[in-house]
Parts: sequence; structure tokens; C-alpha cells
Amino acid sequence: MYADLIQFFTTNWLGQAIVILAQCLAVTVPLLVAVAYMTYVDRKVWASIQLRRGPNVVGPFGLLQPFADGLKLVLKETIVPSSANGILFIVAPMITFMTALVAWAVVPFDDGWVIADINVGILYLFAISSLGVYGIIIAGWASNSKYAFLGALRSAAQMVSYEVSIGFVLVTVMLCVGSLNLSDVVLAQSGWFWSWFWLPLLPMFVIFFVSALAETNRTPFDLPMSEAELVAGFHTEYSAMTFGLFFLGEYANMILLSAMGAVLFLGGWMSPVPYAPFTLVPGVVWFALKIAFLLFVFSWTKGTLPRYRYDQLMRLGWKVFLPVSLGWLVLTAAVLQFGGWVPKP
Amino acid sequence: MLLQALAFYVFAAVTVASAAMVVVSRNPVYSVLFLILAFFNAAALFVLIGAEFIAMILVIVYVGAVAVLFLFVVMMLDINLTEMREGFLKYLPVGAAIGVVLLAEILLGLGVLGSGSVTIEGLDKAGAQVLAVDNTRAIGRVLYTQYFYLFQVAGIVLLVAMIGAIVLTLRSRPGVRRQKISDQLYRPKDQAVTTVKVPTRGGV
Amino acid sequence: MASLDRTARAFLLSELVAGFALTLKYMFKPKVTVNYPYEKGPLSPRFRGEHALRRYPNGEERCIACKLCEAICPAQAITIEAEPRDDGSRRTTRYDIDMTKCIYCGFCQEACPVDAIVEGPNFEFSTESREELMYNKDKLLANGDRWESLISANLQSDAAYR
Repeated sequence: MYADLIQFFTTNWLGQAIVILAQCLAVTVPLLVAVAYMTYVDRKVWASIQLRRGPNVVGPFGLLQPFADGLKLVLKETIVPSSANGILFIVAPMITFMTALVAWAVVPFDDGWVIADINVGILYLFAISSLGVYGIIIAGWASNSKYAFLGALRSAAQMVSYEVSIGFVLVTVMLCVGSLNLSDVVLAQSGWFWSWFWLPLLPMFVIFFVSALAETNRTPFDLPMSEAELVAGFHTEYSAMTFGLFFLGEYANMILLSAMGAVLFLGGWMSPVPYAPFTLVPGVVWFALKIAFLLFVFSWTKGTLPRYRYDQLMRLGWKVFLPVSLGWLVLTAAVLQFGGWVPKP
Repeated sequence: MLLQALAFYVFAAVTVASAAMVVVSRNPVYSVLFLILAFFNAAALFVLIGAEFIAMILVIVYVGAVAVLFLFVVMMLDINLTEMREGFLKYLPVGAAIGVVLLAEILLGLGVLGSGSVTIEGLDKAGAQVLAVDNTRAIGRVLYTQYFYLFQVAGIVLLVAMIGAIVLTLRSRPGVRRQKISDQLYRPKDQAVTTVKVPTRGGV
Repeated sequence: MASLDRTARAFLLSELVAGFALTLKYMFKPKVTVNYPYEKGPLSPRFRGEHALRRYPNGEERCIACKLCEAICPAQAITIEAEPRDDGSRRTTRYDIDMTKCIYCGFCQEACPVDAIVEGPNFEFSTESREELMYNKDKLLANGDRWESLISANLQSDAAYR
């Protein structure tokens, strides 16, 4: 009986399909819950920084607030402006939301806990995260509104610019690992927490984090939706669940980039101290803690920094980050080559 | 195997259909979006033959960067659709001629391949050698050994193109005041602020 | 030396670090905001909130339909119609306030010779529809009955300064 079940789930195509579906659900459902609570944590952190209380009425400590908000968005009417392009207007938020979810297929949660352990995991993550811009740019165009369009143009220029420096950061990490597989990246960082890549590649970690802020349109780079100038940027015309999908996609993207940061620089599922009481904690817990820490820094940044001006943003991306990341890449390659630390394939 | 064949036909059909829509669709923004769909399905086809590196690079470079800029430009154009239709008949002969030439070349190439000058076994042998390592490494090995000079030349050509584009668009306008951020940041306090003791009822 | 110091500071992002440290410090300070629905800030006796029409202690309504409030209202939010009542006294048959127009300037209660229309201490009268904000005489009198104790106490404490 037991053997039959194993047989069914490993060889039969229906069984395999069920397994894959279950894996996807096992990743997506906790992710969406995390997104919901990320909005709550965000608001609490900003409130604390501004000496306010934040949401505290719905449920104990306001813990049910995200679900109240979600319910409100679901129940509201979806309004499509009469001059908008109907199909693309509806498709755009779906693209944003979907690209934020599909990237999770290659993220390793623990040793071997990954849906698709593909050889080019880093490239896949990079490719998918560069697709997020389509949802925004299509939304801006399909809304047929000048605010939305300006927001979309800003967003497209900004995301394309900062992808370049993220690309160089990824190449640097690839050089140190000698593989494009994300599990290999984590395994290459085993040891104490100072042997994770954040310390040896500290400038690249900073560049990665700042570029991640720009990629996810977060403060100080939230120009595409700056209220003061563009109403709400690319989602000015969106309401109800179409807006909700943008919101979910944005936060899922933030969590994704935090996970990317955790895998590339903070040793993924590794425990900070490679000895008994710490190594007994499941790796997925460490991974979640690292993601949570990076997300906290996201909120903390939003509570601390004012918004950049658009030309300053472009200057930072092209005139500071690009040369620095390129230079550090060459430096890393030289150190690896002449120090004899080139990873063996 | 059946599943792979099915996937291949689905991806191939979508690629061809969306490529056709790029040409046929009336709205240029739709054209670019169909182009992106075609890129995507081409990447999926690469994945199916096991060339995941090429597939990812296709998505990163073409979908993630080039097509965004296409879309960017096309969205900002204010295109009059009827005006665009006007030249259709005039350009039809030239376009058709180019299409016929391309088709003939493809058929000729396939004919030469079939006549046995390049055997499929040779390709298979090369493939077997390559498949011993994963294809990212295989590409790296040939790119930085056998084709090193070609690779460098390609890089230089791109660099020249980039410099050329900058030279063509760079214009030096006189009288433009630029923000010098470092000067602003490093201005000492005594140059920026003066403390004035204003006598009561005296005014400044 | 100074330029070296500046460059080092710029590359080590010292200003960013200082800013982040400050906000982190503030995160753990006690909150300064009032926990609103559960605790409320103090209100002045002169606070101008929701309107109310008062009655005399014997239950007779104070308003004598002089229409001074209607005349002075800068937003023209008040509409009054009046007729002699059966006992011959002059009373309103209609007293409407459009709360969506009202700017809460308090001129109506200043103008009123008999302290009939007042702005009470209630500021929590949001509604789910616009129609509910068109107050009529019944609603205003009901408000008066409901808030009378607070309103009269407020008037009492402020009387010395009027």
C-alpha cells in the first residue's frame, strides 16, 4: 500500500502533477500570508519611528488589519476607465503579481527544499525580477492617464538602470561561487556568519540592497508612485482588487528580493554559528529570519529617508553604482585569480 | 516524451502565431507585446532542448532590457494608424521580394544539409562532448578559448557603437547651470549661514 | 586632511548610518499619540462640534424662529421656516442644517438670543451616507436632549467670559 503510494507519486504523471501542485501551494500560501503581515509590520515600523501607534484596533494589536484591508479591496467595485485599454488594463496587475510569484520556484528554503533546482537559478531570478517592470509599464499605458503614464515611464527607466548594477553584483557572487545554482551559492557560504558573503563583499551587498530598493520602487526611490507629484503613479486609475494585485505583487517582490539577498549574501538557510544548539534549528527558520531582517531594513529605510529627485536617482544609478560595481567585479576577479581562490568547478 | 512533444508544439505554435501578430496587429504597442511573447516562447523552446543558459540570457537581454526600451519608445509615439496603412501597397513588392529571398535561402540551406555535407552525426558528436558539462560551462569554455578573438572583437564593436551613439547625441550647450552635488555637500557652515544680531526694533 | 576625512565619511556612508541610528532610537521611545478610540484628548468648553437645538427645563423648545442664525450663516447651511403655533407663539416648522456645508464657525450660536442653537462637544458623528448629514429639526432637538447636560455645563463654565 505504502509502496504503491510512492510509486504513484514518483512515476505516474498524475501523481507527479499533484506533487508539483502541492509544492507550489506550500510556497505560495505562506508567501501570501507573509505579504499580508508585511503590510502590517511596515505600518507598525513606520508608526514607531514617527512615535505613533500604528494599526491597533482590528483584532489583538491590530493583527487582523491586513485581512480587513484585503476584504475591503475584494468587496469594492473594479472600475475600468472608459478611455482605458480594457484588456491590458486588467492584464497588467496580473503580470506584476504573477512575476512576483513564479520567481520563488528556484529559491532554496533549506538543503534540498526547492521546487526546481535548476543550473541557472541566479539567472532565472534575475530574468524574472526584470520582468516586473512590464506590469507597471503596461498599466501606465493602458490607463490612458498622464499621471499613470509618467509613473510608468519613470519606473521603466529606473528599473532598467538599476538592473545593470544588480547584474554586476550577481556576477561578482557567481565568481566567488563558481556556479549559477542557488543551492551551491548557499553551500559556498558555510561556516561562521562572518564567512557569509556580506562581509567579504560588503560594498556589493550595499549596492545590492540599494538597487533592490530601486527595483521594488520603495522609498527613497518611490518616484513612480510619488503621491505629491503623480497622485499614485502607475496605479492612479486602479481600484479594488486590480489595485490589490499591484499591492500584493509589490510586497511579494520585496520579499523576493530580500530572499535573494539572504541567499546571495547572508548564507541562505545556514545558521550563523555552525555548532550544536544553532544547527539544530531547521534551516528554513534561519532563512525566514534573514528575510525578515532584510524586510525590516526595507521598512526602516522608508521611515528614515526622504524621496530622491529623479535626476539624482539616475545619477546614482549610472554614475556611482555602475562604475563602483564594475570596479569591484574586476577587483574580485583579480583577487580570486592572484590569491589562488578561484572556485573549482 | 509525449509531454515534451506536446510542450514543443504548444510553444512553437505560440511563437509563430505571436510573430505573425507582431506584423499584423494594428496597434504598435500590441506589436511590441506580441514580440515579447514570441521572445518568451523562443526561450521556452531553448529550455526544451536543454540550452537553459541561452534561454535565460534571451529573457534577460531581450525581454528584460531591449523590449522594455522598444515599448518605452512605441508608447510615446503618437501614431496615426490610417497614415501608416497608406504606404502598404507601395512597399509590398520590396517586402515580398525580401521575404521570398529569405525563404529561398532557408530552403537552400535545408537542401544542402539534407544532401549530406554537414551530417547530423557530426552535430550529435559535438553535442555529446558539450553535454558532459552543463551548457553554461560549455559555452564559457569555447567562448574564452576557441572564439576568444571573435568574442573580444564583438565587445569592441559594441563599445564603438556605444561611443558613437554618445558622440552623436552629445551636444554641449553654453550657459547651462549644473548641480554640483559634492560642492553643495562640502560647503562649510561659515560660508552658508551668517548669524546676524538684529537690534530690537531696529530691523535688519 | 579635512578632505581625506570628508572622503572617508562619504564612502563609509556615515551620514546614512547616523540617520538610521536616529530613527532606530526613536522606534523604542514611548508613543506620543493618543490611543484615540479608547482615550480622547481634552476638549475646551468652547469646542464647536455637532449642532443641537436646546429646550428649556420645562420641555419647551428655546428657538423662537428669529432667523438670525440663518442670516449670519456664512455657508448658508441653515434653512428655517416659521409659523405661529396654535397658542400664538412664534415657532419654527422647519429647521434644517446641511452639515456638509457647515464650516463650524460658531456664528449661529453667537447670534442666537436665547441660546437655542449651540455647537455641542460631540465630534464623532460621521455617517455612511451623505443624506444622513442633512439634519432636520427632529434630529437637532434629539441632539439637544442627548447632550443637554454637557452643553449646559459648558455654557455655565464659559459664561463669565462672554
